[in-house]
Amino acid sequence: MPNILACTDGSIYATSVYNHTAWAAAKMSASVHVLHMLDPHHEDPVKADTSGSIGFGAKSALLSEIVELEAARAKIARKHGKVILEDATDQLRKAGVNDIQAEQKHGRVSDSIENYERDADLVVIGKRGNHADFATGHIGHNLERVVRGCHHPVLVASREFSNMNSFVLAYDGGASAQKAVEYAATNPLLKGMKCHLLSIGKGNAKLEKALDEAKQTLSNAGFEVSAEIRDGEPDQVIGEAVAQEHIDLLVMGAYGHSHIRHLIVGSTTTAMIRTVKIPVLLFR
Amino acid sequence: MTKNSYFQEWFSNPRRDIIAGTVVALALIPESIAFAIIAGVDPKVALYASFCIAITIAFVGGRPGMISAATGAMALLIGSLVANHGVQYLLAATLLTGVLQILCGVFKLADLMRFVSKSVVTGFVNALAILYFITQVKEFQGQDWLMYAMVGGGLIIIYGLPRFTTAVPSPLICIIVLTTLAITLGLDSLKTVGEMGQLPSSLPNLFFPDVPLSWETFMIILPYAIPLTVVGLLESLMTAGILDDFTDTESDKNRECKGQGISNLVAGMFGGMAGCAMIGQSVINVKSGGRGRLSTAASGVVLLILILVLDDLVNQIPIAALVAVMLMVSFGTFNWSSIKGLRDNHRTSSIVMIATVVAVVFTHNLAIGVGIGVVLSALFFAYKVSRLLKISSALDVSHKGRTYTVSGQLFFVSADRFAEAFDFREVLDTVTIDVTHAHFWDLSAVGALDRVVLKFRREGTEVEIVGMNEASKTLVLKIATHDKPGAMDEAGGH
Repeated sequence: MPNILACTDGSIYATSVYNHTAWAAAKMSASVHVLHMLDPHHEDPVKADTSGSIGFGAKSALLSEIVELEAARAKIARKHGKVILEDATDQLRKAGVNDIQAEQKHGRVSDSIENYERDADLVVIGKRGNHADFATGHIGHNLERVVRGCHHPVLVASREFSNMNSFVLAYDGGASAQKAVEYAATNPLLKGMKCHLLSIGKGNAKLEKALDEAKQTLSNAGFEVSAEIRDGEPDQVIGEAVAQEHIDLLVMGAYGHSHIRHLIVGSTTTAMIRTVKIPVLLFR
Repeated sequence: MTKNSYFQEWFSNPRRDIIAGTVVALALIPESIAFAIIAGVDPKVALYASFCIAITIAFVGGRPGMISAATGAMALLIGSLVANHGVQYLLAATLLTGVLQILCGVFKLADLMRFVSKSVVTGFVNALAILYFITQVKEFQGQDWLMYAMVGGGLIIIYGLPRFTTAVPSPLICIIVLTTLAITLGLDSLKTVGEMGQLPSSLPNLFFPDVPLSWETFMIILPYAIPLTVVGLLESLMTAGILDDFTDTESDKNRECKGQGISNLVAGMFGGMAGCAMIGQSVINVKSGGRGRLSTAASGVVLLILILVLDDLVNQIPIAALVAVMLMVSFGTFNWSSIKGLRDNHRTSSIVMIATVVAVVFTHNLAIGVGIGVVLSALFFAYKVSRLLKISSALDVSHKGRTYTVSGQLFFVSADRFAEAFDFREVLDTVTIDVTHAHFWDLSAVGALDRVVLKFRREGTEVEIVGMNEASKTLVLKIATHDKPGAMDEAGGH
């Protein structure tokens, strides 16, 4: 039985994450593993004591003070986490998922995703986390690290779930785009949806040929496919296409470049996730 | 334990880091000056060092939030170098220390820290505190009651003020009050910082120490650079461990070694003395809310700004104020719970701790103390493990043979006890030695087994050894004689 890993933090994206998960679980007839990470906030200082004096036994006194305060905070966080997981199980069950496993772990999602996604076939995560509202327009550094750490496709949930009728597959002929095409053709997740293959650029014989082959693969798999090449900036072009065609899901390869290149030129993937208001299915 | 990215290590906590860094910088001024006095150099040598080291380590260190600067532990080692050869040789020794520390990092010697036991660490810290105390007591020599009154008043401010407010650094208030008093009351008999040597009046310059580049120079500075390297890394890695506990995060110890080395190289090139991490200041930093690299960098920058802006005022600070601050550092550094531990802990732990302290107090060299502590703990451990050896025996039903069952660790310490456990007067046909639960570690262990087997054979007893584990077997096959031809002839020769 395939398994879906749903990462939640109880933020306003949580419900949407559960809905996307339920949708994917139904399509793939998969079990669901809900993961809630208890984020460590060790860098939060205990309390500001700027007296600059160290009394007798300052070291051990400070250590026990820190441990005590963090313990109190951790207990609250754990209780809160339990409520989140109960809510997750509840919502998923209502949405028709039966096989649910809910788990709490210490750490950050971005640090430890590799440990948990190993047994998963699909990872679902919210576009933004707990700080969604005051950081609007800013896609979490976290999200990128999660996606880079995953070997399986990642479904990035948008704020609201809407019915999944059609998807755009951003096709550049690269390895991860090819992976996306094969996944769409073989995996039940996208079955029954309308498919728009979209390539961006001036277009050349090689790309056209590859696009044609991809179209062939998908229509052989039973998809209703349209394919086109549009010129322009990727995030703009895809944004327009999504709006015009009332697309419900964007499928694309992700973070094809090294960290270093990313630092210099920025990432198309991040820009894309930020601009489109629909969920994104990412392949590495 | 969690990992943070380099960016997070810098900017996860900027406001509090800057505040904490400022508090630390205010405490660094009196400390650096006091350490310069201990080392016998101009205060500027220590202040430049503190500035350079704090800024550099903020970038290249392995432990965010740790404060490094000119330290007392290092200052104590270099007094005689400065006195005999001058400050230029100190700078050269600082550079060499930097190189050696980088090498330690490259060869991952930080992993050796595991051989430094908790008792040795406690001894190190206590010895450091005692040395601080002794050096400060020396400042009272030849002074009148005024000095005592000033220091006493300073200590009251330092320890009393935090009871009313923790918003302002009490050591700073102590310095301000005592300096104001000294100036307004015209207490000229009190020594001031200005009399102790030159303070910085400009940004540090880059230059190479003015020493001949010769083998002779190298041999002068090497005996200082080695203990500087060891003490600097020890105190830094200990402090890093303390901060790891405080913040529940990991740090890269080998990177810290390299970082300390690079910082000392920079310090040496800008006319500063060698330094390392500071336990007391790092505690103050965490207590004030500092967690990130920014706090370390801020401490360095604020230190330099203050020292350049306050130049003339710093000159007028009475030594009594510095002594009060340093006494606080001494009391804060000492591990007071270790005194209670003397009663409760195992005796060997206490002996190791006290031996470390005594060795340091006599030699003023923390490296020697730690060396003695490590050797002692190793010896105690070897002794304890040797006591785990147990040998029992049972006579066979036929009364013609005996089975000896050996369990435990066989090595040079336990080899004699092993040999003594056998009864060679008993008349037996066969002896079985069951070593299933024993491990042979070295030549002495195999030699002891050899002696036992051959002795039995000379009495005409057949010996069988059963249950030897693979590792022991390899060793025995390689060096034992009892299983090789001609063993009997040789046995007589022993």
